[in-house]
Amino acid sequence: MPVNAVGRELPERIGNYIVKPYQGINAPEPTSKKVVSNRVLTLRPAGGSKVIGTLEEAIEASGLQDGMTISFHHSFREGDLIVGQVLTAIRNLGIKDLRFAPSAVVNIKNPSIVDFVRDGTITRIEASGIRGELGDAVINGLMDEPVILRTHGARPRAIEAGELEIDVAFIGASAADEYGNATGQIGPNACGALGYSFIDATSAGKVVVITDYLVNYPCVPASISQQYVDYVVVVEQIGIPEKIGAGATRMTRNPRDLMIAKRIADVIAASRLFENDFSFQTGAGSISIACTNYLAERMEERGIKARFALGGITANIVEIFNKGLVKVLEGSQSFDAVAARAIVEHPNIVEIDNAVYSNIYGKGCMLDKLNFGVLTALEVDVDFNLNILTGSSGEMMGGLGGGPDVAAGSDISIAALPIVRGRTPSVVNKVFTICTPGETVAMVVTEAGIALNPRHKHYEMLRDDMGKTDLKIVSIESLRQLAESFTGKPKQIECTDKVVCIVEYRDGTVIDVIRQIKR
Amino acid sequence: MQLKHPAVAGTLESSDVQVTIHPNNGMGLDIRIESIVKAQFGDAILETVREVLAAFGVTDASVQINDKGALDWVIRARMQAAICRGVERSFDWEGEGV
Repeated sequence: MPVNAVGRELPERIGNYIVKPYQGINAPEPTSKKVVSNRVLTLRPAGGSKVIGTLEEAIEASGLQDGMTISFHHSFREGDLIVGQVLTAIRNLGIKDLRFAPSAVVNIKNPSIVDFVRDGTITRIEASGIRGELGDAVINGLMDEPVILRTHGARPRAIEAGELEIDVAFIGASAADEYGNATGQIGPNACGALGYSFIDATSAGKVVVITDYLVNYPCVPASISQQYVDYVVVVEQIGIPEKIGAGATRMTRNPRDLMIAKRIADVIAASRLFENDFSFQTGAGSISIACTNYLAERMEERGIKARFALGGITANIVEIFNKGLVKVLEGSQSFDAVAARAIVEHPNIVEIDNAVYSNIYGKGCMLDKLNFGVLTALEVDVDFNLNILTGSSGEMMGGLGGGPDVAAGSDISIAALPIVRGRTPSVVNKVFTICTPGETVAMVVTEAGIALNPRHKHYEMLRDDMGKTDLKIVSIESLRQLAESFTGKPKQIECTDKVVCIVEYRDGTVIDVIRQIKR
Repeated sequence: MQLKHPAVAGTLESSDVQVTIHPNNGMGLDIRIESIVKAQFGDAILETVREVLAAFGVTDASVQINDKGALDWVIRARMQAAICRGVERSFDWEGEGV
């Protein structure tokens, strides 16, 4: 078996999938140079409307057939009512064996995605993450074909490289007009940025916009342009507003998380890169949100303003923007109602295409311009590799999101996690699934100290900067030992040989695989 | 030591464990473990439970462990509390706990 650059043994082939092992942080040149798109020249006589009566009619008109690929965005998060309605309509039409390729799988219930896998409507899944009922079922061997998991940056790469050709894209929009101009920013179910569906709109064979709020032509603002849209379907409801706004974000009162968050702000403030016009992405986890608030305090104390903040936008980032502490917010998604509205209200809060946010094969991406990136993780190992997908009992816990992209792009990438969660150590010898290569992780911040990564490109600078503070710097090995002294040594989870998930790095190489858990 | 009646210690909060013990006169030990970390720590939990029972000389008991990821010290303390309640005595800080 070949071994990749982070030491993982990989099969040469997994079914029809040919494994390209991860080679290290210098991404390979693309093998073909021409961007692949399934978009077709379409003559449309003047006048009329693209509105079509029902989802079933739109699916039939799109020419969807057995074995094809369909896509969705995840911007309605747990409040999404589109995926379920579309899959039900597809099932009613008897279309089967589809490749389901959303930007991320939201954990929908009634119907659940698992139902559509069991009845053969879906036979392949490619996404950023699978969690909940579907994640558990997949890791226990639900599917014959392995799920391909890609980072936010890897998905547009795969689409434009022709590895993920989308036949029909279903784009949920909180407002649209009869000609297909569509947005997530207005309407009763506004979700904010639609940054994940730009690539679907420009690359899919057919594009169906689904809305519950048809506005007079032209829809302004329009994130998705009519020139990419074939059909518009008006349904009763596209989402549940309170759940759309309650995504990954919550404010923590956990004193340990607050301590870690405060430490991250201290680390950033101690860096020489913390100066006027710096840039950052803190993310939307509970530690991240608290960290943003502490960081804002440090900025006010020192009179420092940031040039821009990037990624998923949250209410508290908008709040510090309103205080004048950040000049520009660039967001591919909006995590709550405040962030969703903010794009309409402020010219310097900008909706961006996920590809420009994170795709390294698009002539460079915005996260390459980050000074500081905060990453949350489930596990870190002594080589600083991060696991953001699987719990150590072998359960699917999350999605890749943009974490691995942010780690690689930013000057200083800071992984934040407690050394134990319950009885589970999170600093370990080998993480269960490698998602982010250790070389791209500058440091790990925990409640028990900060470990700097000697293999990171900015190690010397960080060591000097942190050396001038009283921050507690420890070795990653000592954190691992401390964690194990609390929990005891966990027995290793046993897996079968069956690969259930392939974890693709941002350059399309395989950084790890997840095998079926032996129960 | 003989258990006089059923006893409970601990909660179902995250990082805690709930121990329920019943007398099992003349029938030996019957230990059942439910744990969110059973795959990694099931054996370690069983060992701790047996150790604490032995320290108190409890040979007949039915023990139900409902673990939400408690550290070993917590499991030990909850076991000790449950046994003390079941035998109606207070904890001897110089005895079993040392």
